[in-house]
Amino acid sequence: MTTTQLPSPGRRLADPAPAAPPSKPRRRPRHLREQISGWGMIAPAAVLLLAFVFLPAILGFGLAFTNARLVSPRPVEFVGTDNFARLFADPVFWRSLLNVSYFAVVVVPVQSGLALAMALLINKKFRGVNFFRTIYFLPVVTSMVVVSLLWLFMYRKDGLINELLSAASFGLISGPDWLNDPATAMPAIIALSIWQAAGFHMIIWLAGLQSISGELYEAAQLDGASRWHQFRYVTWPGLTHTRTLVLVTITIQALGLFDQVSVMTQGGPLDSTTTIIYEAVRSGFKQQETSYASAISLVFFVLVLLISAVQRYLTREKD
Amino acid sequence: MKQTLNSTSLSSAAAMAVRILFAAVAAFPIVFMMVSSLKPDQQIFGDMSSVAAFLPIGNISLDNYAAVFERVPAARFLINSIGISAVTVVLGIFINSLCAFALSRMEIRGKRVVFTAILATLIVPFQTLALPLVWWVNQLPYFELNGFSLEISKGWLDTYQVQIIPFIANAFSIYLYHQYFESIPKELDEAARIDGAGWFTIYRKVVMPLAGPATATVAILTFLPAWNSYLWPLMVVQSEELRPVMIGIQYFFQLNVSWGEVMAYASLITIPVVVLFIAFQRSFINSIASSGVKG
Repeated sequence: MTTTQLPSPGRRLADPAPAAPPSKPRRRPRHLREQISGWGMIAPAAVLLLAFVFLPAILGFGLAFTNARLVSPRPVEFVGTDNFARLFADPVFWRSLLNVSYFAVVVVPVQSGLALAMALLINKKFRGVNFFRTIYFLPVVTSMVVVSLLWLFMYRKDGLINELLSAASFGLISGPDWLNDPATAMPAIIALSIWQAAGFHMIIWLAGLQSISGELYEAAQLDGASRWHQFRYVTWPGLTHTRTLVLVTITIQALGLFDQVSVMTQGGPLDSTTTIIYEAVRSGFKQQETSYASAISLVFFVLVLLISAVQRYLTREKD
Repeated sequence: MKQTLNSTSLSSAAAMAVRILFAAVAAFPIVFMMVSSLKPDQQIFGDMSSVAAFLPIGNISLDNYAAVFERVPAARFLINSIGISAVTVVLGIFINSLCAFALSRMEIRGKRVVFTAILATLIVPFQTLALPLVWWVNQLPYFELNGFSLEISKGWLDTYQVQIIPFIANAFSIYLYHQYFESIPKELDEAARIDGAGWFTIYRKVVMPLAGPATATVAILTFLPAWNSYLWPLMVVQSEELRPVMIGIQYFFQLNVSWGEVMAYASLITIPVVVLFIAFQRSFINSIASSGVKG
């Protein structure tokens, strides 16, 4: 389990603190008291993570191979890969996989691109920069459940979105019934998801931008580099780590699509917006099939691992 | 600043225009929500085709809010959410910073393995843990002080602590604190140790007072999911008096939805977060942008 969504923690640990002078004293002897108080300080967080992350993860892994139900008089039995056989034979599962891929393929590039554009717009200090930073971040602090409810209202046939479209086109466009049409339901969910979450990744890009030394830009300007060349040869290479972080976090967030679907469409119309997690919650919670839901969760987890491993490989530093 | 010198005023005006366009897109749904919460349903639909949809004009009142408090035990839900979020934030700040302190500044055998294991939890999405977690918390013992006798029962379902304790320890908070602590000179610890300070004193008196921006960030990043949690309380809380604010939304999905009331409730549970965010936004955005999540 050395794969994490944050780039190379091990390497960062080895980095000396930037403020520390190079002449660090040689490693101190490891006093027993330091060991004991150190572990005492780590223990509360470690125990809680063990109890509420590691244990349920292992438990879920085990339950996927049984017939466990949330409430059942029958004893739990080991059933091998029955749940997986059933899952892979279920057309709704494949549909949910397709929907989530569709969602991710659009959301990952568009959201990270918009977030980068927003970060570039508010990177330099100017009058009112805090105002824009706050406004851009406002959708992020609004709960996804509230956002979904609000957009559910705006996406009605006679809702705000269609009225705005109509006004902008001088009455030429009369929009569809967004969430009740299998062709437009997913694009509608994609739009609101990007609207809600882009501000969060803007902040991550901003962190990357702020870590690029201003001297590099001054040097580039002395060499007569244009704005585009400065972006291409100073900004972009300076964002290598940030790029991986943004890419991996948006992808994981996209694959885990749930809240919007749960509030707005319940997977419909005609399964056009159902997702892997929505199916897991539906079977695990509504139909109380804990084991089948655990199998779906396990498949989802393996998928997330695989995709983030591939992304890390593709965006690795080539040196 | 250097850049603006050799760029024309035209291109900086264009940049400002794009900034304003982005701001308008980011803000319009929220403005629409808050403005609509003040109007009767008929007028919400009537105003929709004009700019009046975004302006608090016409028949403005707080009637929708009054109706919300009649339909939903909103005060109770607000108190629950405030309590749950506050306890999660306070305990989260303490436990996660303590852990990050030890991992960052002390010589402990095996700390690298522990840190890697902690970061590994970030890749497990909560949704995949939720179902086994429900089963698991229902097996945990529950201690209750009843008068003078301590009663032990089984199962955490339908309690406050099931909404708090699983979310206190957080790998991302530990990571943020760890990054921040690494930038505080370790010579400070040495100096304090020479003065005879113990590790906990160094944590409390030396390092934590310098970690304000990290604490602001962790506070907001812990508060948001606690206030916004929906899936989890849906699964583990049945009693009305224990429910948090997001569950209240379900009270509106009935025949004849009153959209004015829905918008009023949505505004009611959003405004506290927005106010809190605006109060802390400077230290929050600056701390993430300057020190927190560096790739």
